[in-house]
Amino acid sequence: MEETAVKHKEEARSSKHEVVVDIEHVSKSFGSKEVLKDITLKIKRGENVVVLGKSGEGKSVTIQCIVGLLTPDSGIVKVFGEEVAEMSNEELKELRTKVGFLFQSGALYDSMTVRENMEFPLTRVLKMKDQGEIDQRIEEVLDAVGLLEAIDKMPSDLSGGMRKRAGLARTMIVRPEIMLYDEPTTGLDPITSREISQLILQVQKKYKTTSVIITHDMECARITADRIVIMDDGEYIAEGSFDELKSSKDELVRSFFNETA
Amino acid sequence: MAEQAIPGYKKWLEDIGEQGVFFSQFFRNIFKGGFEWSEFVRQCYEIGYKSFMLVGLTSFIMGMVLILQLRPSMVEMGAESMLPKTLAVSFIREMGPVITAIICAGKIASSIGAELGSMKVTEQIDAMEVSGANPTQYLVVTRILAVTLMVPILTLMGDVIGLFGGFLALNFTDDISFHLYFNKCIASLEFIDFLPAFIKTFFFGFAIGFVGCYKGFHSDKGTESVGLAANSAVVTASLWIFVIDAIAVQITSLLYYR
Repeated sequence: MEETAVKHKEEARSSKHEVVVDIEHVSKSFGSKEVLKDITLKIKRGENVVVLGKSGEGKSVTIQCIVGLLTPDSGIVKVFGEEVAEMSNEELKELRTKVGFLFQSGALYDSMTVRENMEFPLTRVLKMKDQGEIDQRIEEVLDAVGLLEAIDKMPSDLSGGMRKRAGLARTMIVRPEIMLYDEPTTGLDPITSREISQLILQVQKKYKTTSVIITHDMECARITADRIVIMDDGEYIAEGSFDELKSSKDELVRSFFNETA
Repeated sequence: MAEQAIPGYKKWLEDIGEQGVFFSQFFRNIFKGGFEWSEFVRQCYEIGYKSFMLVGLTSFIMGMVLILQLRPSMVEMGAESMLPKTLAVSFIREMGPVITAIICAGKIASSIGAELGSMKVTEQIDAMEVSGANPTQYLVVTRILAVTLMVPILTLMGDVIGLFGGFLALNFTDDISFHLYFNKCIASLEFIDFLPAFIKTFFFGFAIGFVGCYKGFHSDKGTESVGLAANSAVVTASLWIFVIDAIAVQITSLLYYR
């Protein structure tokens, strides 16, 4: 009986239709400002969901709730079927090995070289001890983001785009099942932005991750999104593919696309 | 008026509560296992070795200045031969530990506050946390323990260098051999002069490390807050050094000098 239940659960987990992130009626305020207003969002395994919206609309708050950096005032956030707010510290730590978070700035540890930045999650989180295995994994992930030649550089010696690539490599090195990208192309020139967007797609294909991408960059959304959710004033106002939303009759939705037209 | 006073009062209470939580997190993480030895050794080097010149030079100058200031009065009283003893007792009991701690508060508390503050602003601490690593264990435990260990060692070295500075100053006007000077210094000291002064330096070190880490870890997310964290760390740590010193002297007086 128990074996059947476990098998069923495993089948559900590996299923493409499994909902890996389930946000239900979540609200969050900072002081008197309500940044999330009763939002609901379900993300399936392997899906690339882009959350689009103006700056300061609470887009980042959504993914911070997913990874347990912030706790919603009301509503439920479930990841892999488990409620994040109810998790113990150990369970949260376990969850965070499965959910990677790429910060807007890359958030590289600036007192360490690129190699040491990559080693940090391997030795501290995965508790890997075999130096050969560690080196192999570092080289593989840096090669995937095209940064192998910068392995011994300090973060201060890297350009903005390289920092984002290195940040992405450090997040990917623990092979998370879900990737959360917070404004991955902000502050980059159009060519580098496109490269980072393509890289997100490559990473998703190579490591078969589920991705949530927070952005206001329409080109990034066009390249990466399977589904786009548009956010305005703390609420999700529209949902669909890039082409569906582009031809929307809603003026506010169209305004996002008109900027790039 | 009353409405304006409440937020400040509440903020102060919140701050006390947060410091209590931070304090308990520090202790829980010491015994949690997986101690970051390499980072601890690196911090000992950064904090201890790199502060040695500054502490040494300051202690040397203070030793010289004390002798030069004391000499006219002592000569007037006919107690010139008491100069080594006076310097030794005042330096070992009070001047050495406090000067070293104040210098360390200025150098170490500010650098820890600024470093952790900028890590907070650039989301490095958040990145560490969401990766499943333990930022308290890696950043806080190692730094606080390194300062707690290094300040007493720096104080011991500062004491010796300060006494040497006094010897040189005494030789500007008087002719006293190195051997005789240090013999007089050591003969004038009892173990009880040294022990309480040495023990309090561990508390000075802890206060410097704790305040630096707390201020850095709890800085706001803006570039201005990095400067504020560094500044606030120095001011608060310096204040704590005087408070701890006053308490230590009082306890020592009650126990040994009644």
